[in-house]
Order: sequence, then structure tokens, then C-alpha cells
Amino acid sequence: MKPTDIANPDYFHKVVDCQWACPAHTPVPEYIRLIAHGRYSDAYMINWKSNVFPGILGRTCDRPCEPACRRSRVEDETLVKGKKEPVAICRLKRVAADYKDDDIAAHMPKAPEKNGKRIACIGGGPSSLTVARDLAVIGYEIVIYDQDPKLGGFIRTQIPHFRLPESVIDEEVGYITGIGNIEFRHQRVDSMKAILAEGYDAVFVGSGAPRGRDLDVPGRKEAAANIHIGLDWLSSVSFGHISKVGKRVIVLGGGNTAMDCCRTARRLGGDDVKVIVRSGFEEMKASPWEKEDAMGEDIPILNMLVPKEVTHKDGKITGVLFEKVKAEYDAKGRRSLVPSGEPDEHHECDDVLVAIGQENSFPWIEKDAGIEFDKWGLPRLNEKTFGSSHPKVFFGGDAAFGPKNIIWAAAHGHDAAISIHKMLIGEDPEDRPAPGVTVASQKMGIHEWSYDNAPTIDHRLKVPHRPKQEALKDIMAEVELGFDPALAFKEAQRCLNCDVQTVFTGQLCIECDACVDICPMDCITFTDNGEEKELRTRLMAPAMNPTQDIYIGNDLKTGRIMAKDEDVCLHCGLCAERCPTGAWDMRKYYMEMTQAEHACRKQ
Amino acid sequence: MTYIAKPRLHHPSLVKNKAGFTRRDYEGAVSTLCAGCGHDSISAAIIQASYELDVLPHQIAKLSGIGCSSKAPTYFLGASHGFNTVHGRMPSVMTGANLANKNLVYMGVSGDGDSASIGLGQFAHIMRRGVNMTYIVMNNGVYGLTKGQFSATADKGSISKKGVANSEEPIDLVSLAIMMGATFVGRSFSGDKHQLVPLIKAAMAHQGAAFLDVISPCVAFNNHPGSTKSYDYVREHNEALNRIDFIEGREEITTSYDAGTLTTVQQHDGSILRLRKLGEDYDASNKVGAMTRVQEGMAAGEVVTGLLYVDPSPKDLHHHLNTVDAPLNTLGDADLCPGSSALEKINASLR
Repeated sequence: MKPTDIANPDYFHKVVDCQWACPAHTPVPEYIRLIAHGRYSDAYMINWKSNVFPGILGRTCDRPCEPACRRSRVEDETLVKGKKEPVAICRLKRVAADYKDDDIAAHMPKAPEKNGKRIACIGGGPSSLTVARDLAVIGYEIVIYDQDPKLGGFIRTQIPHFRLPESVIDEEVGYITGIGNIEFRHQRVDSMKAILAEGYDAVFVGSGAPRGRDLDVPGRKEAAANIHIGLDWLSSVSFGHISKVGKRVIVLGGGNTAMDCCRTARRLGGDDVKVIVRSGFEEMKASPWEKEDAMGEDIPILNMLVPKEVTHKDGKITGVLFEKVKAEYDAKGRRSLVPSGEPDEHHECDDVLVAIGQENSFPWIEKDAGIEFDKWGLPRLNEKTFGSSHPKVFFGGDAAFGPKNIIWAAAHGHDAAISIHKMLIGEDPEDRPAPGVTVASQKMGIHEWSYDNAPTIDHRLKVPHRPKQEALKDIMAEVELGFDPALAFKEAQRCLNCDVQTVFTGQLCIECDACVDICPMDCITFTDNGEEKELRTRLMAPAMNPTQDIYIGNDLKTGRIMAKDEDVCLHCGLCAERCPTGAWDMRKYYMEMTQAEHACRKQ
Repeated sequence: MTYIAKPRLHHPSLVKNKAGFTRRDYEGAVSTLCAGCGHDSISAAIIQASYELDVLPHQIAKLSGIGCSSKAPTYFLGASHGFNTVHGRMPSVMTGANLANKNLVYMGVSGDGDSASIGLGQFAHIMRRGVNMTYIVMNNGVYGLTKGQFSATADKGSISKKGVANSEEPIDLVSLAIMMGATFVGRSFSGDKHQLVPLIKAAMAHQGAAFLDVISPCVAFNNHPGSTKSYDYVREHNEALNRIDFIEGREEITTSYDAGTLTTVQQHDGSILRLRKLGEDYDASNKVGAMTRVQEGMAAGEVVTGLLYVDPSPKDLHHHLNTVDAPLNTLGDADLCPGSSALEKINASLR
């Protein structure tokens, strides 16, 4: 294997699993350390800069960072007394938002003098708001259009208030509009051509994937009065147009929208609410914790049932008939659901909520507006720049590549903002800016590091919840109460500080084996070089996770190599502490994605 | 030393041995020796060997004297018996312990000061008595705790950290041990665990006096150019005569070797030592040949390593003293005090 090029920012970025997995690449370990130190405002600002909506995401994020967390690979069930669990990264983010100083707005940037260029953002959701923020701080004038009376998009209309209080949305949207030079027009956009005709220098489309898929079975039309599209229904609940539902409710669908629908129904009078899903429990799209929360509110989830017919009598719904299916896999491992042969099941109900998917829909973009679409109805985009076939029009969020979630929308927004800015200053948007990286040794003294290097064996802590009876009574009462500072400190201590990297300098090494002997994870080996596949098998402990790199150090006197399996490293720094020559050092790699403000940084 | 204890989290693939312990279970407290000390590597090798031998930790007794090396037993086998003796007197305490309970696995850990200076007399006698033990000297050629004066094993001409050449002849503990009757003698290097771990395993399985001289560089006071016990010097001058592939009794030989490159030695307890030839022909069972080869190596400035001498059928202290089979500490009052009538008989026989 070739020696590792640690000058490539991606190498150590990848070691910070959470940050690497985050679409916006938020510097997670850094803000978790700040939370442990009680520096909530600083932790908040790191998040705010990177993912724009810390308070919102700290309650609702799909958390791609958590399955990636190294903690879930290195914990020992017998030591932590429970299964291997990642750090509760998402809920720690909320701690920063909950306990930040009251004057946090003073930390936010203000719009400079206008640069004379105007940008239209279609849709007031997270991707548009991110574009608006990134460009307003460098002098652009932003106009955001949305059909709803307040900014926020799906954040406001789709997420029930018992998961995300409206005050949090108002606050974080306020930080963006508070920058200045951002105008909100409560206006439904019906024509792209009309927008382009207004002479904007660029148009960003962040209009989401607003159309809920409908149910197409016999009886759908006849019982229409009691069958609701989940997306529209949640939105109506959010704006107070709906405040009641029947006692017996069936929710169709296995995604997070279905989970929001069933829990909302429980609070609007639904006593007997169930979720009925085509697929198996494990294959459901909903996040595991959302399924858990739903089941915790006495909502059963029934699987492997495909709706066949809506039954009705005298124009009123009586229930839904389901066909029982089983999963079969073909030679390629593709799943298909085939009838199991068992008798159909009938479930009685008063209302049905349909949450079986959502679709993009751009009826307002004229065919001759210069924007090409593919056969699935999605715009043809440059995946790097988010630019469409129209040079002035960019897409992001769910409008770009179909339904994802808020953190992706924020990441798209940052990227689109860079592209818009580069285009307007005459640079090539394809030429993406490099991330900003600062490297600093953490050595404070002979055995002292500027981070808390002793890993804890504490089990993941649970976020306190409001008592169920109380929570179900009030649709506005937030279920999760958030970590208090003491719990937050304890949970923050579970973070392994993966951004504090083990950096090896071969010329200094005397091959005394001290690091090999002390490493609790057996991840360091001095051996003869070889091909990666073979080398992985003959290390101190086998390196079985091919998605994680082997760090190769050379320049050793014996001609051997140092091979370190990054997969399970605890970043405890004992290798560096036991190293007599300083060949190992613990250095913090702080990596920040470059935003539009500094977009001319060269790769 | 380090401020934090070694984290208890471990590699997911860590497995338990036949005794039901992981390798980590054989560890001790975190080392307070200087960073990079060879002794820590030897400790790691002892941990690895004990784990691989499936020994029950409470069946091992580790004894040491005074010095950096003699501190080391705190850093391995934390669940085993330990005895830290007066300077240079570990051999007599170990002899006594072995006499009282011959069922334990005895491990003596000492240094070049403890064994070659103040304890030289005791060293010689424990070897000639054939106490069943593994005696490891962590040999760095200097007194580390008193800041780097030459010890009795320092080679003549070796340069101290301050630049002074050693003018005295070295004591070669390997030659002395072979001469005094040790029945398993080897030399190794703390920086070569592939050689060291099998040697320690074979020595622990050996049912007689086993001695290992392990060169263990002192990073603080004896790891500079001009030193003959530095990492670089030992690596450059290491003459390994053989490699042990130590295997226990029941295991089959699965690796094939070219004819003539492998010697098999069956020890008294049934364990099999497979000695792989490296370079020259060397017969480890020839006592005189071993002494000659070791002395030749010294004259040529080589560090001769490997299994240097082994007597596969050793006789130990208990054999010489013709003790009963049961360990003495298990004997009851009735066995130890046969009563006045037995005494009368003995006295009568002497009249």
C-alpha cells in the first residue's frame, strides 16, 4: 500500500464519521465538546453556520450522523450494559439551541451594502432559506416566494407541533430574515416565465415535493369524504383548519409522514389508531426512533398488508380491506410482495390517512421555459452545482432530487448558493471551493491534552419525555423535553473526539512498540508492506471494515510500515502519550465546508 | 507514565481463550515506566504468552526484586500472585515459594542490576538448583532508576549517554545460566515479539529452570549511538539462530517446511517445540556447543538470539530433594507431624 496522504483534507475528514456522513458536514465533535464545556452559544453558532437550523434539526433531523458514529462500533455490550449505541448527536444539538444565550442574535451576521444583484427563491422551505442566508450576508437582495402565510415550508406545515414547537421555527427563520435584504412575498408562483421576466439575476427553486401520492383502489371515490392525503391533512392541522378526526383511524404508509399522521390523529380524538404498511417492519422508511415513539403512544403497526378496497355504506366509510402478502426475493436479491394466500383482512375505521409517498410537481414551470425534466418529472441538474439547463435557474432540497430531509435541503442550499455567487462574479461554478481546515496539536504537557481523552463506558442516555397521558391531551405540548445540562454533559462525554487525529511521523519513530502495546483497540501494527486486502488480515487485530481506511506510515528504519486501522480507534491518545519520540501526535483537524462567502477559495 | 488508565473498551474481535479469558484480562495496571521502555514490550509479550497458554491467572506467581524491571510485574497479570522482594533476593524467595507449592507457574522478573550485580550469587544458585520457573531478565545495560550508570551487563566499549566508554568486562547471564545448569536458556529482544512470545511460552511450559535474557533498550539513558543495547544496535547486530514455533501437545503441525529446516523437540510435559532453522546449522541441545556459539557471538559483537540451549528432560529442585508428589502446602498435620511413636522409631534406628 502507498503511504497515506494526510495532506488531502478528505483523509481525516473521513475518520470523523459523523461529520463525513452529515450532508452539511457539520463539525460534530467540536460542538459536542463545546456543549460539555457549557459553551452552548458557541456550539449553536457552529451548527447555525453549517446546518442553519440547529433548534429545528435538533428535534427532527434524520440524523445520518448517528448510524455512522464510531461509538456504535467500539462499545462492548457487557461493559455498557446494553446494545452498542451511537452518541445522541441530534439531541445534543438541541441542547445547544435550548441553552444558548439570549443575545445569540448579536452573533449573527448582518447584510452588508447591497451588491445590486437580485435573487428569487421559489418556496420558503429550508433550502431556499439557506440560499437566502448564504447570499444575503454577501450583499445579494433576496426575494422569497411561498404560498403559505409564513416562511418554513414543510418544516412548518408537515412536522407536528408536538415534535417541533412553532416558536422554534419562528426563531430560526427570524435569524435568517434578520440578516436583512431578504423580502418575503406571500404569493403562490404560477409561472416560471413570469418570475424570469422580473429580471432576477438568478432563480433558486426550493419548492419541495409537495404532492402526496393518492390511493387508487375501489371505493376511494365513494368514501372520499373520510380519506385524506397525509401531507395535506398535516398541513391543514398545522394551520388550524382541522382539529378533529374520527375515533378509529387507519394510516396507510410506512414513512415518517405516516408516523406524524398517526401521532397527530391520536391527539385529535383518535382512540383506535393503527398504521398499516405494505412492507415488513424492518423495511419501513420511517426512522427507527419515530416508529418507537408511535408505538409508545399505543399505535400498533401492522405489516405485510396491501390495501385492496375501501368499504363503504350509504356514502360513508366503513373500513379498508387488505390483502395479505409475503416477501419473495429473486436471484438478484430484489424483493417483490406476492399474495400469501391467506384470507383478506378487513379493518374498520372512520377515517383513512394516506401517507404512501410524495412526489415532485412543477405544474408552474412552463414546458418552454428552458428547463429540462427527466422522465420521472425531476429537473435535469448538474449534481455538483445544482444548476439546471437554464443558466440562471438552480434547484435544491426536495425539488432537486426528490424527497429527502431538512439536512439535505440545507446542504443543497449551501451548494446552490456557491454556484449562484460564482456564476454572478464570473467564475466557473464547476470549480468547487476546498473546505477550510485548521490543524493544531492538542498536546498541553507531558501527559496532558487539551481534550478529555479518557473514553467513558456510559450507555447512551434517553431524552426525557413528557408523561404520555399529558402529551396525548394537547397537540401543542412538545413530547420530548430535551436533555438538561447535566444529562447533556454526560452524553457529550460519550463522544470519542474523532476529530482529534492520530498523526504519525515515520522519521521520528524508533519502533519500540510502545504504541502497539498500549493501544486498547489493537489498531496499530508494524509490519511488512503488502496489498491492502492481504494486509488487513495480518494486523494485530483483523481490519474487517473495508469502508474504513488503513493509515499507512512509512520512513521507518527497518523498512517496515506502520499500519493503523482507523475503524475502531478510540482517539484516546495513549499511542501519543506512550510515544517516547513524538512520532505520534494528537492533532485536531477542524474542517469547515466553505460557503458562498468564501467561494473563491481554490481547491 | 500516563494519566489515564487504559480504556476498557477493546477490539470487537477480541476472543476468549480456553480458560475463558481475553488477552486484556491478563493485563495489569497501566505502566509508570518511561514512554518507549523495552520493559513494557516484554510485559506485553508475557501477557500474550499467558493468554495463548490458557493459564488461569491465579495459577501464576510472579516474583521480582528491585529496579525498573522489577516494577514491571505490576503492569501485567493483574489477577496473579505477586511478590516484590528485597534487592537481588528474588531467587531465594522464589525457591522457597516453589518448595512450598510446586503447582504454581513461577515467573521471576528481574533486571541486569538485580540479577548481575547485587543478586549474582542468588542467580547462580537458583539455576544450579533447577527451580522449575521462567526467569526473565529485562536487560538494558544501565541503572535506569539512578539515571544511567553502566550495569554489570554493559558491553566493554559501549558508550554512555554522557559519552564515556565502558572499561569493564560484561557479565553474560546466558553463558552463566547454561554453565550453572539451567535447562532452557534463550535470548531475545523486546522489539521482536514474533521471536519473544513463543520463547516465553516454551519457557513457561518447560519443567525446569528456564532463563531468558531479553535485551530491552532504555529509551531514557541507553538508546543513543555508541550504545550496544539500543534499538538500532540490536536490530543491526541481531543474529537469530532459530525461530520457535511453540505448539502445545495436541495441536497438529499444519505448516509444511523444507526437509532439514525443522527440528522438533518434545519437552517432558508433552509440549512440542518446533525449531525453524535460520541460516547456520545450530544444535540447541548441545550444551558445550551452545556455550561456544554464544561466546563466539560476543567476541564478534553479535547479539546471538533464539533458543540457545534446551534439555528436554530436565530434573528440577523437587526431583533433587525427592519431595512427595503433593505440594507441601497441601499436607495436613497428620502428614507433617507423624507423632511421638514415629519419632521413637527414628531415634531407635539411630541408636
